Amino acid sequence: MQGNEACVEGALAAGCMLFAGYPITPATEIAEFMARRLPQVGGIYVQGEDELASLGMVLGASAAGWKAMTATSGNGICLMQEEIGYAAMTEIPCVIVDAQRAGPGTGIATKSMQGDVYQVRYGSNADYSIIALAPSSPQEMFDLTLEAFNLSEKYRTPAFVLSDEIVSHMREPVVIPPPERIQLVERKKPSVPPDQFVPYRAETPDGVPPMPSFGDGYALPVSSFARTETGRPITDFQNQDRLVRRLWNKIEKHADSIARVEIEGLADAQVAILSYGSVARAAREAARRMRSQGKAVASIRLITLWPFPDRRIRELAKGLRALFVPEMNMGKMVREVERVAGKYAEIFSLPKPGVDIHTPAEIQQEIERWWR
Amino acid sequence: MKPKEPLVKERQKPQHPVLKHFREDSPGTPHLWCPGCGVGQVWHFTTRAIEELGLDEDKVLWVGGSGCTGRMCTYWHKDFFHTLHGRALSFATGVKLARPELTVLVHSGDGECVAIGGNHLIHAARRNVDITLIAINNFNYGMTGGQFSPTTPRNVNTATTPYGNREAPFDLSTLMREAGATYIARWTTFHARQVINAIKKGIQNKGFSFIEILAQCPTQYGRRNKLGNAVEMMEWLKAHSIPKEKADRMSPEELQGKFIVGELFSTTRPEFSEYMRSVAAEAAS
Repeated sequence: MQGNEACVEGALAAGCMLFAGYPITPATEIAEFMARRLPQVGGIYVQGEDELASLGMVLGASAAGWKAMTATSGNGICLMQEEIGYAAMTEIPCVIVDAQRAGPGTGIATKSMQGDVYQVRYGSNADYSIIALAPSSPQEMFDLTLEAFNLSEKYRTPAFVLSDEIVSHMREPVVIPPPERIQLVERKKPSVPPDQFVPYRAETPDGVPPMPSFGDGYALPVSSFARTETGRPITDFQNQDRLVRRLWNKIEKHADSIARVEIEGLADAQVAILSYGSVARAAREAARRMRSQGKAVASIRLITLWPFPDRRIRELAKGLRALFVPEMNMGKMVREVERVAGKYAEIFSLPKPGVDIHTPAEIQQEIERWWR
Repeated sequence: MKPKEPLVKERQKPQHPVLKHFREDSPGTPHLWCPGCGVGQVWHFTTRAIEELGLDEDKVLWVGGSGCTGRMCTYWHKDFFHTLHGRALSFATGVKLARPELTVLVHSGDGECVAIGGNHLIHAARRNVDITLIAINNFNYGMTGGQFSPTTPRNVNTATTPYGNREAPFDLSTLMREAGATYIARWTTFHARQVINAIKKGIQNKGFSFIEILAQCPTQYGRRNKLGNAVEMMEWLKAHSIPKEKADRMSPEELQGKFIVGELFSTTRPEFSEYMRSVAAEAAS
């Protein structure tokens, strides 16, 4: 199954009812598979007049109670940025797939790059937080799209599936579990009647308020104005401080439970390769080859890019001498690694600006040069 | 001289009939529109239409974007969706697909719905999605200080056309007819009863309804073009309005500088959320 097709099956397994998107390489197959598959399960496929319309419709449908998703590439994410900030501020769950392609600008539509890792995290104005997952295989296109829906519902946040041209177009066997083995998370609904309901007050320590849908009778005020818990616009520091910190903390303070890291061959390792997405396939292979030659090299794969697993990576780095970070960009996530692990291990960026992915031999060569 | 009545007593006076629809914790005192603005009138007309139709207000969603008109939804006491500048129709379309039983009203100003949101406007009309768009056309961007918009007439003054506007304006209702709207009416804020009736018909129309309301902006547009106060501007709007039936018998020269008002167009066509659902029925069989 193709990565993009697995992504569609993951969304359907999660209960996605609406897809709105605009054709763009290399995400187009997601729209095409959705157009065929969604109506079969009673859902609706809409082709927006542009990316802004598409994410707007997704947010409208989600606020009305449906799980909804869009898919695009980096250029489309550029257009969606205002709405991404809107979704983060209004806490409307949505899933956005970004099949990254080579850039900047129009770049090379049919070639891969991991250029959007900052754009999905920091692209909209001011401070907010989101969740981003980086699949490495068609199987993970299924698994992580499903997980993105669950996380999006749980934390009331935009959740990104940060694929790239390679993973999106790759074909591999995909196991789709039977529905009874799939765990679904639904957004919290209010536990009180409308007259006692405070729209943006978190009833639980996780900082996530319950969310009724339009039409449920809760007189729901939805606006991306800075607001009080009742939804009234504000201009004062105290309310702004409370709001922005809650939006930030509800995700960043849960990084340990949200963020997943896959580790291989850590025993006795003094050196590790840290990578994510398609590049992680080459990185894992390089580490395996080196271990088979008697060199203790571990592979650390970020399954979750955002929130960044600060504590986990810091702890891992304490036992290492060097961390190599191959990325299909000029060195982006390596800055996060330096931030949390730079005190404990030497950090080396192995940048490659798209089109060609790193080969295991290239990664191996860099590590061996350091080793000598 | 009689002493002033205490304020508390003042508040016990009978309330304005629209206040019962007003959100209690709305900001400002009691709203942000300038004295004499036409937007407040349209707020009133909209609630009257909802009342007269006897709609369940929990099932009526007000949607808006930015600008003076975009703010209207934030004062509605039930569900509101205050979206982004220009995108109100996209968000509203998503809601309508998921919850077709809701009455979805969008208020949008001329700057928002034709400039930054122009693409969504023509596509919402083309799809014939069951939304009533109440477009308040006051010929300028009021909130930001009176810049020209795509509906500003030629040669008039605005904050960004100090030498007179050179660009040609859009005729919104003609644009909407070409794009596929299934109910189109144009009135001015002077025509209170007609506007209320048009909003009612728009809501009842199963499809995309476009109601253009020419409105006075005395603070910006009126001041810069010496059109007088709010009442004088409304009289000016009325004096330049020609009913459609009469306009049909007039020449283009005679209609120069005039606004054709009335119920301009109505037809029936399959509605978006219905035919999108019919795809699912076909795919399942």
